[in-house]
Amino acid sequence: MVQWTDAERAAIADIFGKIDRDVVGPNALARCLIVYPWTRRYFGGFGNLYSADAILANPKVAAHGKVVFGGLEKAVKNLDDIKITFAPLSELHSEKLNVDPDNFRLLADCLTLVIAGQMRAAFTPEVQAAWQKFLAVVVSALCRQYY
Amino acid sequence: MTLSAKEKTLVKTFFSKVSGRVDDIGNEALSRMLTVYPQTKTYFAHWQDLSPGSASVRKHGKTVMGGVMEAVEKIDNLCEGLRNLSDLHAFVLRVDPSNFKILCHCLLVVLAMTSPEDFSPETHVAIDKFLASVSLALSEKYR
Repeated sequence: MVQWTDAERAAIADIFGKIDRDVVGPNALARCLIVYPWTRRYFGGFGNLYSADAILANPKVAAHGKVVFGGLEKAVKNLDDIKITFAPLSELHSEKLNVDPDNFRLLADCLTLVIAGQMRAAFTPEVQAAWQKFLAVVVSALCRQYY
Repeated sequence: MTLSAKEKTLVKTFFSKVSGRVDDIGNEALSRMLTVYPQTKTYFAHWQDLSPGSASVRKHGKTVMGGVMEAVEKIDNLCEGLRNLSDLHAFVLRVDPSNFKILCHCLLVVLAMTSPEDFSPETHVAIDKFLASVSLALSEKYR
């Protein structure tokens, strides 16, 4: 089981308390689709993803960004149980959506950068370490059901 | 993955804007790397103080950013331009190339933190590609 120090729990809770949930998810997903264009393969039904401007203005991307962020909020509420909490999501991503797990890391990196941009100096090295550990646990949980 | 003319311009513009702060950026990026990815400390075991912002970290951050700014100037021919640095990393330092990605990520975090207005998605992809190209150029001489 993942061990969280009190400092890590506090840092993660602090991040979720500070960031704008309606901005982070959509921005991170948009960045992922812009910076790593091959990730667009999973969003064929989203309409116009042909340029950075189109992606940033796309309402389906924004809506889905909020869905993704909702998943992270679920994880932080179940910090000691992420593996089990995410089992259905892992099955969904592997069996139904057929997402290459490497893409989770790409989206995780984009989330980190968007949050760094929002938190600025408050995103200290220690806070970044706690956040990236959290994301690594989430990504690992999402990868569990792949075979 | 080659950089388009537009991407090269975006990279040059961005780095000229932050050129006054490169020492701080280098310090922040390196401090983060050592904290968030403790395995990278193995390359600096000879330093007295590996804590964020220590004198050794500050000094080395400056050195690293000097290399990045040199790469910006030589953006049209990174492999040729960074040949000496590649020799250094391959034969003397022997840093595992997987660590280049780690430092690049930490650098991106610092750039996103300190220049969020300028770090647009288009600039982000240009800089990400640039740093990946620099990493590749540094790995040229490894084998």
